[in-house]
Amino acid sequence: MNLTFIDIKEFPKRMEEYRYSKGMDFLRDIIGMDWGEEGLGAIYILENTATGENIEVATITANREKPLIPTVCHLWNVAELYEREVYDFFGIYFTKHPDMRRLFLRNDWVGYPLRKDYDTSEAINPIRMENEVTEDVQRPYEIAEDAEQAIIDKQTNKIHGDQYIINIGPQHPATHGVLRFRLALDGEEIKKIDIHCGYIHRGIEKMSESLTYPQILALTDRLDYLSAHQNRHALCMCIEKAMGIEVTDRTQYIRTIMDELQRIDSHLLFLSCAAMDLGAITTFIYGFRDREKLLDILEEVTGGRLIQNYNVIGGVQADITPDFVRKVKEFCQYQKGKIKEYNDVFTYNVITQKRMKGVGVISRADAISYGCTGGTGRASGWACDVRKRHPYALYDKVDFKEIIYNNGDCYDRFWVRLDEILESIHIIEQLIDNIPEGEYKVKTKPIIRIPEGRYSASVEGSRGEFGVYIESRGEKSPYRIKFRPMGLPLIAAMHKILKGAKVADLIAIGATLDYVIPDIDR
Amino acid sequence: MEMKKPTIKSIPYEEFKDNETLESLIKELNKERTNVVVGALDDLINWGRSNSLWSLTFATSCCGIEFMAVGAARYDFARFGFEVTRNSPRQADLIMVAGTITHKMAPVLKRLYDQMADPKYVVAVGGCAISGGPFKGSYHVLNGVDKIIPVDVYIPGCPPRPEAMLYGMMQLQRKVKIEKYFGGKNHRAKKGEMPNEPIIVTNAPIDINENC
Repeated sequence: MNLTFIDIKEFPKRMEEYRYSKGMDFLRDIIGMDWGEEGLGAIYILENTATGENIEVATITANREKPLIPTVCHLWNVAELYEREVYDFFGIYFTKHPDMRRLFLRNDWVGYPLRKDYDTSEAINPIRMENEVTEDVQRPYEIAEDAEQAIIDKQTNKIHGDQYIINIGPQHPATHGVLRFRLALDGEEIKKIDIHCGYIHRGIEKMSESLTYPQILALTDRLDYLSAHQNRHALCMCIEKAMGIEVTDRTQYIRTIMDELQRIDSHLLFLSCAAMDLGAITTFIYGFRDREKLLDILEEVTGGRLIQNYNVIGGVQADITPDFVRKVKEFCQYQKGKIKEYNDVFTYNVITQKRMKGVGVISRADAISYGCTGGTGRASGWACDVRKRHPYALYDKVDFKEIIYNNGDCYDRFWVRLDEILESIHIIEQLIDNIPEGEYKVKTKPIIRIPEGRYSASVEGSRGEFGVYIESRGEKSPYRIKFRPMGLPLIAAMHKILKGAKVADLIAIGATLDYVIPDIDR
Repeated sequence: MEMKKPTIKSIPYEEFKDNETLESLIKELNKERTNVVVGALDDLINWGRSNSLWSLTFATSCCGIEFMAVGAARYDFARFGFEVTRNSPRQADLIMVAGTITHKMAPVLKRLYDQMADPKYVVAVGGCAISGGPFKGSYHVLNGVDKIIPVDVYIPGCPPRPEAMLYGMMQLQRKVKIEKYFGGKNHRAKKGEMPNEPIIVTNAPIDINENC
């Protein structure tokens, strides 16, 4: 894919053109870039959901002191959080953005970590043990007087002091990790929501810039540990594409089967946790009982239960065990019968239905604008499955249907996942008997260098589109690597979904959106 | 009255590793002998406490999922006295630090720890909580929770297997058993101070060390 550079003066107009005349309604990702002396910039990956056409555009500003880029968050809603992320890491200020605060790091953090000239020494940013002061107002940012960009909206208070505010998180069992919501309430109704991320931001992208490619592979598993296999698949695919490595058929079969097993694993955990959040402990136990059977298979083949470290560049780590085929078949047979049990004990329960039906609705247009891929998008009627849109591995050879529901409420989001368990089993059953003989791994060079250029790949993770973007300068380690988080668009859509919802609905909505925080924070 | 060897029902005493640490602790405690009545009461209370350790639901990343698995159907830590997890630090006896602690999370963790009622215990689960693990070189990761709170048990792994977690939790039970409840606590420093050397009960399994 070619990268088109747009002059910063024409940028707002051209982006509007892309959005409205060319119908690029899905902003997949914004990638902040530090191009050294050329300046700072951002790459936008756009997609037309009707035709599947993809483009990459970029803009660049030479001013490193006060880099300014016009915002696009009025065109794509998800840009609001993406741009805050770029501001946080690169210090690029997006003019006319309504809420330009740091997203991941503390307010008192010094410097912008993903810039190439960032000083990582402990002296500048020691571990601060005092509690962080929550800032509701963006910090004033003075722009040079000759700047032609429009005026910055000074104060856009997200939450006013006179509203009734409660904090949920960062340590709260229903946030599935460490995410913090500040809610402004009117009675029981949620008026505004302010999201604070970064409690598990580990700086994986910055670390990757000094690691070799095989070393980076280990970190992708720890992004979204419930789609560990898919994450690694994406990165391996991207590197193989860049180096021109052809993997064998056997590898493709193993990878596809493992991807689907991982998806079942993730959806079973989703079912368990969603049920527990709504107070149904029995379903939690049932889900974990069946998940353990699956983890046994994964462990036997890969050596790891949760984090498997199985894909490597050019193939997989080890061949499948002789028992693998039989065990997977047994599991598929077993799991099919269990869905009814979950439904009897949980899904058709009156309480579940009341708490999920019609709650937390997100329309198709909003789902696209917020970039909510995965189960959330498909529950709203958006056919966003990467396996269908841009088939990879063996997905163009197997027969499966994309699960699509149309109401976009919690109940549909729940059903998408349940149905996908069956669909994944269906995919596995088509492949499991036909695994071809051959090498499970092709030989690669001992030191892996990617030729200069920009490469991207994406896969359907367990909860959305997971993308990898690599800019290489021909070195052993990437110049810049960016992972598209699956969860960030989901929490960006939270305030739209929560409009008019009650506090208790937040739990049901959060559970069915099914985000994983380490994937959001990276 | 003397302090006895800490035995628990689940695993025989000899099968635990690192008994020397506990024995040296017992030796130290036995230097100052206790009244029979108080000692018997100590034993009774410690028996009760060690068999009803409630953990705080605290997880930041991958290890938390394994911790959930330990609580669920197959591994079920309720069998060993870790009946439930509590969502409020006020009701918890121990905190399982499961996952990476970042700069932004560090004050939150410290605050949670401070909110817990004494006697309280800390278990560092997984490489990240012990030393930063795979993210040791990152600009935003705390390299080991023992820099901010005292740790009682370390459970290595990335993430540790559920069996390893159960083993670590049992080591904590044994540690709870050799405590003078009335005659002054032996595992905590004075208020506001960090103990000089956190007592390490669980080390990495020997075979892993040798391979490294």
